[in-house]
Amino acid sequence: MAEKPREIIKRNLFTDNQVLRQILGICSSLAVTNTMRNSLVMGIGLSFVTALSSLTLSAMRNIIPHRIRMLVQTLVIAAYVIFLDLLLKAYLPDISKQLGPYVGLIITNCIIMGRAEAYAQQNPPVAAMLDGLFAGLGYTLVLMIISLIREVMGFGSVFGINVNFLNLQTWTIMIMPPAAFFIIGGLIWGLTARAQRRARKEGKA
Amino acid sequence: MTSPISPWIIFLASIITSNMILANFLGMCSYLSVSTEYKTANGLGMAVTMVLLLTSAINWLVYTYVIIPLDLVYLQYIIFIMVIAALVQILEMGMDRFLPDLHAKLGIFLPLITVNCAILGATLFQVIRNYDFLQSVLFGLGSGLGWWLAIDMLAAMRERLAKVKLPPGVSGPAIAFIITGVVAMAFIGFSGIFVIQ
Repeated sequence: MAEKPREIIKRNLFTDNQVLRQILGICSSLAVTNTMRNSLVMGIGLSFVTALSSLTLSAMRNIIPHRIRMLVQTLVIAAYVIFLDLLLKAYLPDISKQLGPYVGLIITNCIIMGRAEAYAQQNPPVAAMLDGLFAGLGYTLVLMIISLIREVMGFGSVFGINVNFLNLQTWTIMIMPPAAFFIIGGLIWGLTARAQRRARKEGKA
Repeated sequence: MTSPISPWIIFLASIITSNMILANFLGMCSYLSVSTEYKTANGLGMAVTMVLLLTSAINWLVYTYVIIPLDLVYLQYIIFIMVIAALVQILEMGMDRFLPDLHAKLGIFLPLITVNCAILGATLFQVIRNYDFLQSVLFGLGSGLGWWLAIDMLAAMRERLAKVKLPPGVSGPAIAFIITGVVAMAFIGFSGIFVIQ
């Protein structure tokens, strides 16, 4: 288990990105991406929960009975999500209202459960926390890309600041659900094609 | 304080215009991973519908008669998820005992459902929108049927697509998303009829 911090970061942000390569945590990454502000808050929130729950679960990994570990994982995650929900309600009430049920739904986000199961189970706390944090940041990165496309084309703005200097017609479809499916489908298509091309090249060489 | 929308409108809207997958993006993980074969997708859809109907009823009762009187709103996520997990467990044991045929068909999907975000999502939606009991039950049932409809449609299309030659990289999840986008666009066409928010 001698994975260096740099490798953990690179794996989570690029080569094994949770959303685009593992296809995990899709629900919220589509629902909150119509504005960049919401996506950023959601991404940071998720990174916070993943990092801390991986840290906690990894620290407790030797005392959790194997049979009930799912239950313990869910409870630990839920505790951090409640913490996050209260923080958002206190300091960012309008964003908390816009995100609505999707903050609570972080509990059932497969990324957190996946990291807890696949990594925090076998690795020491600090590495698990780094892994969780950067899995969350990889998710944030994808959210920012999707929401950048959707906000620029749908509202003509970036973080709520108008960038539509030519007064072009905005595309309402971009802030509606179908566009989210098309954009994420396109991104996954591009990345998979690239990975396949690379694999074929290596096979030949 | 309850939402004034007619329960039947909520029922229809949750199937079509506010479809769990196509409009609210809930339950995507299992929607994508279990939709390569029509028969299994259909089984999962049935199981999700059943669990959604039961959890939306029970979580409404728990919320109104336990969480509110005891002032435990800050613990609602933990309580809801425990209720869902317990219910799924009981349902699995009960089905194993009394409906072995159905259990053999749906059994493998039941544990998956606990972490399906459509279930927790429906509960959170009904709490946020202040639905009364009948509204909640019909919302749960409608959401389940809508989810079932969406996964059946995707699975049927993916079965056909398996026989078609696609450009490299697009087969698998990418094409599933693109199809879902097209279906979602078609469903948006209904939104002139009724919308619930």
